[in-house]
Amino acid sequence: MTDTAILDAFFEECEDLLVALSDGLEDMREGRADSETVNAVFRAVHSIKGAAGAFSLDDLVGFAHTFETVLDDVRSDKLETDDELLRVLQRAGDILANLVDAARDSNPADRDQVDPVIEELQSFLGSEAAVEEEFVFEALSLSFDDTGNAARFVVRFRPGQEFYATGNDPALLIAALQALGPCETSVTSADLPAEFDAFTWNDGYLTWQVIIADQQNDLAIRDVFQFAEDLCDLQISEEDVEGAIPDEESALPDVVPPVTLEPADDPTPELGVSPDTPTKTEKPIKRAASTLRVDPERVDRLINAVGELIINQSVISQRIDEAALPNSAELHGDLDDYKLLAREIQEGVMAIRAQPVKPLFQRMLRIGREAADATGKDINLITEGEATEVDKIVVERLADPLTHMIRNAVDHGIESPEDRAATDKPPTGTLRLTASQRSGSIVIEIIDDGAGLNRKRIKEIAVSKGLIAADATLSEQEIDHLLFAPGFSTASVVTNLSGRGVGMDVVKTAITALGGRIAISSVAGQGTTFSITLPLTLAVMDGMIIHIGGQTMVVPIASILESIRPSPADLAEIGLSNHLLRIRGDYVPIIDLASRLGIAPSSHTLTDRVLLLLQTESVSQCALAVDDIVDQRQVVVKSMQGSYGQISGISGATILGDGKIALIIDPDAIAAVQSTERNAQIKARKEMSHAAT
Amino acid sequence: MLQHDDPKGEKQMEFVTLVAGGQSFCIEITQIREIRRWSPVTLLPHSPPYVLGVINLRGAVIPILDLAAKLGFSAIAPTERHVIIITAIEERIVGLLVESVSEILGVQTDMVRETPKTEEDAATRAVEGIIPVGDNMIKIINLDALLQSTVATAA
Repeated sequence: MTDTAILDAFFEECEDLLVALSDGLEDMREGRADSETVNAVFRAVHSIKGAAGAFSLDDLVGFAHTFETVLDDVRSDKLETDDELLRVLQRAGDILANLVDAARDSNPADRDQVDPVIEELQSFLGSEAAVEEEFVFEALSLSFDDTGNAARFVVRFRPGQEFYATGNDPALLIAALQALGPCETSVTSADLPAEFDAFTWNDGYLTWQVIIADQQNDLAIRDVFQFAEDLCDLQISEEDVEGAIPDEESALPDVVPPVTLEPADDPTPELGVSPDTPTKTEKPIKRAASTLRVDPERVDRLINAVGELIINQSVISQRIDEAALPNSAELHGDLDDYKLLAREIQEGVMAIRAQPVKPLFQRMLRIGREAADATGKDINLITEGEATEVDKIVVERLADPLTHMIRNAVDHGIESPEDRAATDKPPTGTLRLTASQRSGSIVIEIIDDGAGLNRKRIKEIAVSKGLIAADATLSEQEIDHLLFAPGFSTASVVTNLSGRGVGMDVVKTAITALGGRIAISSVAGQGTTFSITLPLTLAVMDGMIIHIGGQTMVVPIASILESIRPSPADLAEIGLSNHLLRIRGDYVPIIDLASRLGIAPSSHTLTDRVLLLLQTESVSQCALAVDDIVDQRQVVVKSMQGSYGQISGISGATILGDGKIALIIDPDAIAAVQSTERNAQIKARKEMSHAAT
Repeated sequence: MLQHDDPKGEKQMEFVTLVAGGQSFCIEITQIREIRRWSPVTLLPHSPPYVLGVINLRGAVIPILDLAAKLGFSAIAPTERHVIIITAIEERIVGLLVESVSEILGVQTDMVRETPKTEEDAATRAVEGIIPVGDNMIKIINLDALLQSTVATAA
């Protein structure tokens, strides 16, 4: 393992620990906490501190130490958990996560953020502790000789089988304890079977006892056991020397003499825990969920290979169809099995990359809380569907757009408590972040119960920026979509949170790059909902195979609402060559795909062709005229960016069953051409009228 | 560029010679993945005239350029007899349609002459040197220079 690999592993572990921390704090806030919850929270902070110390991440260690000290007081009931403390603990959790992020990106810590929280934390500690704080970071693993209230601690630990199996050695732990201060070390061999035949190679029989003098608290001792805590039964108690060395020791003095520093070099015979040992603690040994860390490149290779398998499967299906075999059920049945298996393998492989959105959502909660603090708003943040799994890349790339939208929702969406009170709303605003899986897509929604979009203002801004004509009549939906126009910003006042030059257009670009869509719905006075629809995976999608001007192409099913064979009555003309489709009393523009893509125009008339009604971002709905629909199937998406570059209106390519390439069209880009053309015309017209005056 | 010592101790390079637009060119052999017969391509919309389309090369989508058209000659009307040279520079794989491929040419590095300064056009920009072979003169194509403008126009 290289250093960076170890560091990466540390950050991955931090991610897990932060989730545990956040969960625990949430439970404490909801009043669902028991002592184990507080312990878990403490352990999470403690583990982060310990590992961060190994990488000399001083900011992180320093903060974690203060945090941990407060938690230790909570754990030992020295501090009462009132609302104020819980609020500070939660903020401290947020700061800790920020510090981990900063360390990951090798950024310096934001002292403006960190220092006030450290002060708040210290205010909960006695003055004595606060003074201690100043110098204790470095001294942590050393003895606390100079402090007045030193005590003797009795450490009793009985390594389990796993302890030895993972290469730990009691001698090293004892040596580490001895480094803390004067120690008396002994071993209890009471559980050693009297009969040699009774030995089980896989069990452990020895319990070590170390009495350490001159310790102020058990933190340093726990540090020693940081990586072994879950692997052995561990008891740390203060001044409990009586009966600490059980009598049995004298019964077998010649077998196991009191040990000083060099205990068993070969630990194998002493493994395991027998069920009724007196040192056994109530707490069962906790096992982490078994996970596998795999180089993502290997998974990618597997995904590519499975992609080829899917193509190969459709090649074979097509070949068999072409062979026009007599309807021999057997071959067709086998083929169906093959299809099912291929599908199953594909889903399995894709699932490897999937991970729950929980860590992402927790990060968003943090950002929401920070934003609420910064704007002085009282907001209740709720997440739902945290277990929903999404492709790892999607999770990673969602962080920025979601951050922006959460901040927006807090800053612009939810009103101030006074404004809310004026409109008979509860003073506390609610912001929900939900994830769910709906028929092959992941839907992520950001729902606020704020004032809703101010459409009048949006329109004014759009007019002033030349995005639309002053007299344009736009549907509500179209007005809402103006938010995604580049350079658009509704913030009349640039606050600390928003107005950093990142607009909703960037959010939209990021979502589109993931093959997703974003939609807005807003009810005045009741709030706004942003829904992001994402494909389950990036590599495969459901496509409609179509013919157009002699070419075969693929239209993503996700954007097709329905397909229509128009009757002459459904069609209307507008201008020289533009057509509209009348559908359910509405008129939607018809886009001739062939002419839009500059390929040979179709010889068919519109009534001979098929119209695909598309849902797009830019012009809400439009109808795409194609020659024919061939098939509907899963296609493996191949990017063309690497070898060729971006083509307007094309999002990628796929390989069909016959080995030929079909381009995958990008409905949004196809429809957007029209609206940008229209916008350009409006702009040009405006400029002309300016020039005239 | 691939250079290795031949027995006489001089640097040796190998080129594949080809004909495009009726003129002789060559490409360094290490930049060539394989040579294929022409097969129909899938057209790309909004592409420059020298971009013929894309083909499926064992699961990868490879763009095919008409080398003659790219160099400013009249476009090749592809038939079964025409040849596609699959070239690779780093991760980028591009197919070039040429009229024919003739031979593999081994030359000493000191035989490569600088391109004489002439009026600049698409062809001279893509030529990084010339090799006199008998009465003939073969121009070395610099793929980087040739393809750079393709990405720029496509992106």
